[in-house]
Amino acid sequence: MQREVQFAGFGGQGVMLMGQILAQAAMIEGYEVVWIPSYGPEMRGGTAYCTVVLGDRPIGSPIIRNPQHLVAMNRPSLEKFAPTVRPGGVIFVNASIIPVGSGRTDVDELRVPIVELARDLGNVKAANIIALAAFVARSRVVRFEALEQAVRDKFAAKAKLIPLNLQALEVGRNAAAGT
Amino acid sequence: MAKVLMKGNEAIAEAAVRAGCRNYFAYPITPQSEVAEYLSRRLPEVGGVFLQGESEVAVSYMIFGAAATGERVFTTSSSPGISLMSEGISYIAAAELPCVFVNIMRGGPGLGGILPSQADYFQAVKGGGHGDYRLLVLAPASVQEAVEMMMEAFPLAEKYRNPVMILGDGLIGQMMEPVEFRDDLNTEPAPADDWATSGMDRRGRDRRNLIRTLYLVPSELNAHNLKLKAKYDRMRREEVRWENYAVDPSIRLLLVSYGTMSRVCRTAIDRLREEGLAVGMVRPKTLFPFPREAVLAAARQGEVRAVLSVEMSMGQLVEDVEWSVRGVRPVFWFGKCGGEVPTPEEVMAEARRILRESE
Amino acid sequence: MGKTFRRPQALAETPTHYCPGCTHGIAHRLVAEVIDELGIRGRTVGIAPVGCAVLCYNYFTFDFIEAAHGRAPAIATGLKRVRPDLVVFTYQGDGDLASIGMSEIVHAANRGEKFVTVFINNAVYGMTGGQMAPTTLPDQRTTTSPFGRKVAQTGMPVKMAELLAALETPGYIVREALIRPKYIQRAKKAIRNAFSYQLENRCFSLVELISTCPTNWGMTPIEALSWAEEKMLPYYPLGVFKSPEGGRPAPGAAERSADAA
Repeated sequence: MQREVQFAGFGGQGVMLMGQILAQAAMIEGYEVVWIPSYGPEMRGGTAYCTVVLGDRPIGSPIIRNPQHLVAMNRPSLEKFAPTVRPGGVIFVNASIIPVGSGRTDVDELRVPIVELARDLGNVKAANIIALAAFVARSRVVRFEALEQAVRDKFAAKAKLIPLNLQALEVGRNAAAGT
Repeated sequence: MAKVLMKGNEAIAEAAVRAGCRNYFAYPITPQSEVAEYLSRRLPEVGGVFLQGESEVAVSYMIFGAAATGERVFTTSSSPGISLMSEGISYIAAAELPCVFVNIMRGGPGLGGILPSQADYFQAVKGGGHGDYRLLVLAPASVQEAVEMMMEAFPLAEKYRNPVMILGDGLIGQMMEPVEFRDDLNTEPAPADDWATSGMDRRGRDRRNLIRTLYLVPSELNAHNLKLKAKYDRMRREEVRWENYAVDPSIRLLLVSYGTMSRVCRTAIDRLREEGLAVGMVRPKTLFPFPREAVLAAARQGEVRAVLSVEMSMGQLVEDVEWSVRGVRPVFWFGKCGGEVPTPEEVMAEARRILRESE
Repeated sequence: MGKTFRRPQALAETPTHYCPGCTHGIAHRLVAEVIDELGIRGRTVGIAPVGCAVLCYNYFTFDFIEAAHGRAPAIATGLKRVRPDLVVFTYQGDGDLASIGMSEIVHAANRGEKFVTVFINNAVYGMTGGQMAPTTLPDQRTTTSPFGRKVAQTGMPVKMAELLAALETPGYIVREALIRPKYIQRAKKAIRNAFSYQLENRCFSLVELISTCPTNWGMTPIEALSWAEEKMLPYYPLGVFKSPEGGRPAPGAAERSADAA
């Protein structure tokens, strides 16, 4: 078994962190896992993307041309990567700022207005956590409990942010269930 | 100890600290600057020395000076930086000082690019600086292996009194994987009283040590080089490391690949085998000394039609593969560089093509 | 009556390879005397340059490293950072320090590395056979400036002491000469001050020493001494250019403060 998730968006949307939290959750689950960023000048303000590959055997190629799933946080990312997703995968769309769809009929497209939901929660910075939770709830690439633990681990150094982010996870899970 | 998810560059830094290294000198360069950023915080915690030098040239000599005390020291850089350090590396090898250099390779030549590459194979393995010297070169294929090699590098450097190089690519530095740190390591550097310029008082004997690289008498320089060669020959006998993947008597094509590239090959091999094509791989873990006999033995398997070197460079590894195979089988090259990493699909297509043409 | 003049313990009992009339021997002796007087031979590490003094470790009796061209300050940095209890000095000529090693010396001084640099300035490359150095005087003939140094093409001679004294980081920067007994006595004081500052963990020190090269200047040793005094001293004034006590003495005051030291 191997699962690949491509995360993509603008720099500053927390795309790298989403991938890292998923990778942490995969590790907690006992999977082999690798997280790969795009790096260099692209990091600063332009497009940011990363890939998480997890599986029950050592990960071979960490470079994935056709991922199983996509989390698209902005329109250019959706347009660039939606065609690469393998049939049957989940394409998560940040519906707050992406007015268009993936154009794919052979995938499970999940649209969530994460910015509005984060604003309702009281902190727009939590939008990426809402997106991650919605994606995981729908794709089930890891168990939700592992994701909660990963959030606790990742924010261990900033413990006061943990309750907010756990709430964000719930908001995301409910959003995925309600669509 | 529990596993932790770490970026390769940070894991390499932490591994050095846990191996007992308390001294790091470096100059920033993408894609490995996280090592310096990490150690600028971490080394002060353990009373270590962190210094950002004015250039890679200077850094290579700071390493020289630090290593001359007999204490553990290392630096990290990426391709253009290693070129600048190569001057000092030649002197360090000549002076027989133990230390560790990490090259997180990016594309070249010149400024090249900042994405992963394996284009410094020759520089690392054949001697990037002047004169007859060799580095012991370790090539990790995962973050965990980078950690293990980093920890092993210091005792190896001390065993041979020779610089050791960890040759990774940008992916190894940038990707995150779960890692586990061993805690049963001997963190003490090997005794150095016989040669280190550590001050006569500390050694408690009134005999001074001299570290030099100038031998104006031809017979002395020849003798010095013979002594160095004896060390390199001993490395060839004692330190060759590799891993066979899916090498069995049925294989018809043998791949040779190292580092991140070898993981792509592993995926390609798995899929080719699903198609019914028996392909195996020898993955060198030491690039110098090169696993020459292992490559030959695998190439000699009865069904092997050809050997394919897969590399993120334009035909460097393939020269050592040809040298290993000694004409027993035809040898081919496939590679990309500049940040283009060959995909499993591309490797598979190349493997099918070669097998088709070899029948 | 006891012996009043003897070989310092830090100096080896061996003839040097230096040319007749060369002032390297004087500089070596001054360094060795200071090391003896301070009782630091057992924890001193010297770093030799590339140049005529490449073999200077043969004339000292403590730990020594032979550096690459110009890189001695970087080696000294590595050594001293890892082992602050050692006493470290580099011994460098003008080609080594002011040309190929300019970057290393400037940055080591600017970081305030706690070691001593003894800088031999004789306005010419010695070992490679008398080529032009950054310190070669205008119109001075060398094997690569056979018609005299033309400043329009090669600039003016570099004044290392002044250049390093311009750094804001505290340091001890002094220029003396090895061409007359009175200067030599001051040179020794400067070297002793420099090592003392290191022992106090105070600052980086540069002791520039105006020296002669009769062989490559094409002069007798006596003529060379006169030439250095007449031609070099007007361009390369002696004195303390900077001291860690603060302030930067004016050039005129430099000599007086050295006398007072």
